[in-house]
Formats: sequence, structure tokens, C-alpha cells
Amino acid sequence: METTLSAEPLVEMRDLAFAYDRKRPILSGINLTIPKGKLVAIMGGSGSGKTTLLRLIGGQLRATSGEVKVAGNSLTTMSRADLYKMRRSMGMLFQFGALFTDLTVFENVAFPMREHTDLPESAIRDLVLLKLNAVGLRGAANLMPSELSGGMARRVALARAVALDPMLMMYDEPFTGLDPISLGVIGSLIRSLTDALGATSIMVTHDIVESLQIVDHIYFLSEGKIVAEGSPDEIRASADPFVHQFVHAQADGPVRFHMKAKPFAEELGLGVSI
Amino acid sequence: MLARFFRKLGAPVVTFIWRLGFAARFLSAILMNSGASLFRFQLTMRELYFSGVLSLLIIMVSGFFVGLVLGLQGYETLQRYGSSEALGILVALTLTRELGPVVAALLFASRAGSAVTAEIGLMKTTEQLKAMDMMAVNPIARVVAPRFWGGVLSMPLLAGLFTAMGILGAWVIGVKIIGVDDGAFWSQMQAAVDFRYDLVNGFIKSVVFGVAVSLIAVFEGYDTEPTAEGLSRAITRTVVVSALAILALDFVLTSFMFRGKA
Repeated sequence: METTLSAEPLVEMRDLAFAYDRKRPILSGINLTIPKGKLVAIMGGSGSGKTTLLRLIGGQLRATSGEVKVAGNSLTTMSRADLYKMRRSMGMLFQFGALFTDLTVFENVAFPMREHTDLPESAIRDLVLLKLNAVGLRGAANLMPSELSGGMARRVALARAVALDPMLMMYDEPFTGLDPISLGVIGSLIRSLTDALGATSIMVTHDIVESLQIVDHIYFLSEGKIVAEGSPDEIRASADPFVHQFVHAQADGPVRFHMKAKPFAEELGLGVSI
Repeated sequence: MLARFFRKLGAPVVTFIWRLGFAARFLSAILMNSGASLFRFQLTMRELYFSGVLSLLIIMVSGFFVGLVLGLQGYETLQRYGSSEALGILVALTLTRELGPVVAALLFASRAGSAVTAEIGLMKTTEQLKAMDMMAVNPIARVVAPRFWGGVLSMPLLAGLFTAMGILGAWVIGVKIIGVDDGAFWSQMQAAVDFRYDLVNGFIKSVVFGVAVSLIAVFEGYDTEPTAEGLSRAITRTVVVSALAILALDFVLTSFMFRGKA
């Protein structure tokens, strides 16, 4: 399935397949284009291959076949040194923040700046406070990660991910385990930071309600394939059975409630089929 | 039946060889990525503090008690042959050649090795290493190598302190409490302990143990299965494998180093 988005692409995947081994294909036949400056969601049930797709874009995994291009550079054949150069212009928000637990909030946000720039301490301080202010946590600069709530930790991680003003932001399940207020805050921050930085954002999530409010485009993955795509309005109006099941949170549909198994009667040894 | 027996026998052997190969490649990756540990020495200093300074208390107290016991046992045996004045030699040679490096390394593996494994393992479990990698910062250079070198540098210093405290303990029990002649205790020790043969060989042993324990600790942490159970298994493996490695290496090193002076 090919995207209908028209702007200049930042991320492209062509005939992409990925498998950990021959018996377990995770992704196959993936063709997608993510244009510059857009916020795109990749959705699907648990185990559908969403996070694997994100890892392929970040270069943490290499495609078994096909091609992944970011800003025109193919990640499939890229050396580790070039990949690290590329990652300096990428940011990633992990599911539970992945803050460095031995560093304060301030030092966590300063970490990429200290590692990749020669900025003087005064400039680093100003930039860190600016980033923390953008996520509303300037007052938490001296706290340790263990003193933060889940939502606060996610916001600090977001400040750290945008520390070097990346061209590509990736979000891995940013809404998991958050209360409604934190969920709304993270959602609006993702949208506003994407717009303010002029960055391209890819968000892997299964939170349909929040996503429909903030994203520009949605791809649906099921069993390692893209099965549907469209703008939020197209998705809301979609008659596709898979999309309908997902949007309306129905237990049964194209995604079956029951996992494949022998007939129950046979399992119980009754000898009759029910 | 027979096939299953061989499979059961072979699987752990294959796993062991695979892990040994992985550990060797891991060591070469640490050495190749040690630039940050050397040029940004404050990273290694921090680990030297956590592995070395925070192990001081257990090492010094243990060394003192080992010296007390060695003094008592040594005196009890030596006085049977009328050579209780040789207590200083016995204590010094035992500690510099064997007990200092070996017991200090065993304590180091339990105190600092397990802590390093837990720290790196937890960083892996909570995706901190992945986050670092995604920030284009190599976790082996930034996290693993400083901890490895911190351990390698700590170990000989701790073994030296253990030996010194052991000698002090033996002096307290032998000279101050039992009444062995003070002059004989120190002068015989000075005459019998050879700098190159005893001290340098003891130092080499402690460096080798430092490399082994530090490598095992960082490797087990990095190779942790990212679950609570996996982390607990990795910490246990660090202590057990380190202890076995120290004792096996001690035998090998002793057999090469101490063959009698010409």
C-alpha cells in the first residue's frame, strides 16, 4: 500500500521485510513514505510489528530485505560511524522515558549537549532550562528521576530527546500508563514540539483517541503488513473492517478474540465438535 | 534416548563456548572503545570511587581479621618447632603471594563486581543503554569501558591494602598480644620477602584478577536478559564465575610464577 501524502519525504521504506529468523517473519512488503514536517502515527495491536518498524527507522535493526531511507540516506548499508552521525539529528522518546537514573533531570537533558557539542557551561545551562521550560518542568531541574511521576519522567525524556533540535523525532508508545491529564499534556507537547521545531515525527501507539486528535496521518499495521492508512478524518469515516474494529475497540473482528487453537471439544476430549 | 542425552550434554558446552567467544569479542570491543575512559578520565575516576573507595571498608576489615587469624595459626604451628620469630616471614609471604590477591579479589567480586553487573543490567532492563545508543553515544565507550578500567585499577590497590592490613593484624596478635619479638618479626620479614619474586608476582596476580573480575562483571551486566529474573541470575553468575575464575587463574599463575628461586 502506498501513502497518499505528497510533501517531500524524509523517511521512505521500499519492499521492506524483517525477520529474526526464517520461521518468524515480523514485517513484510512494507512501503511507506513519511513527509517532512508531518506527525505520523503507526498503529496496530500488540505484536503487530510497530516498534520493530520504529527500530528499523532508527537503525537499531537492519532490514532483512528492501530499503529504509532517512533524509535520502539508505540505512540498510550504512556504517556504524555514519549511523551515529545520522542519529545526532534524530530524537527518540522511549516507552517509559529511559532516563539515566544516576543523573539529575538537568544532567539528563544536558547529556546529549555535553556529548556532542563544545558549548560552554553557561550556554548549556540556558538551553537545558529552555527545553525544560518547554515541557513545563523547569522547576524539577534538580530532582532525580526516582522523584518524578511517570508523566513527568516522560516529559523530561521528551526535553532530552529534543535537546539537539532533531529533524526526526520518534515516539515509542508515548501514552502508555499515563493518567488522562498527563496523556493530554504529552499529546499536545508532541504536536507543539513537532510544529515548533519543524521536525518530522513518527509515533508508534495504540491510543486511537489521542492520536486522532494530534496526528496528520495514520498507518495501520496488522501481522507485519500495512493494512490501512489515511488522515484522521478518513480513518474515522473508514468502512474497512480492521480500522472499524480498532477505532471502536471491538473485541472480535478481523483481529480474532480467540487465538488459533484446536476445537475446544477436542481439547476437552469430548469427541464432538461444538 | 541417546540423542537426547547427547543434546542435554552438548547444549551447555555449546552455550559455554559461545559465551566465551562473545566475552572475548566483548573484551576487544572494550579495548577498542577505551578512548573516552582515558581521555575523559573523570569517567574512570567516578568508577574508581564506586568500585575501589566504597570497597575499602570491607577489604581493610577483612584483611585485618585474616591477619589476626594467620598470626594465631602461624604462631601455634611455628612455636612447636621453636621458630615463632619466623611469624613475620610466614605472614608476609602468605599474604603477598596468595591471600592478599586472592581473598581481596573474591571480596571485590562480591562487593564491586555484583554492583557493576546490577547497575549495567538495570540500565539495559530500563532501556537506558538503548537510549544512549539512539543519542549516538556508544554505551560500551561511555558505560562499560570506564567501569572495566575502574575495576582493573582498583584491584591491585585493594589487594595491597588487604595485605598491609593483614600484616598489621598479625603484628597486633603476634607481637603485641602473644609477645613475639618485635625486631625479629620485622627484620626477618624484610630479609625474606623479595621485591620482584614476591611483591611483583603478587601485584601481577591482582592485576590479572582485576581484569577477570571486571570483565565478568561488565559482560554479565551487558548480556543480562532484561527481566527481574534475568538480572538476578546475572548477578549470581558474576559472583560464582568470578570466584571460580580467580581460583583457577591463581593455580595457573602460581604454577608459572613460583617454581623456587635458582
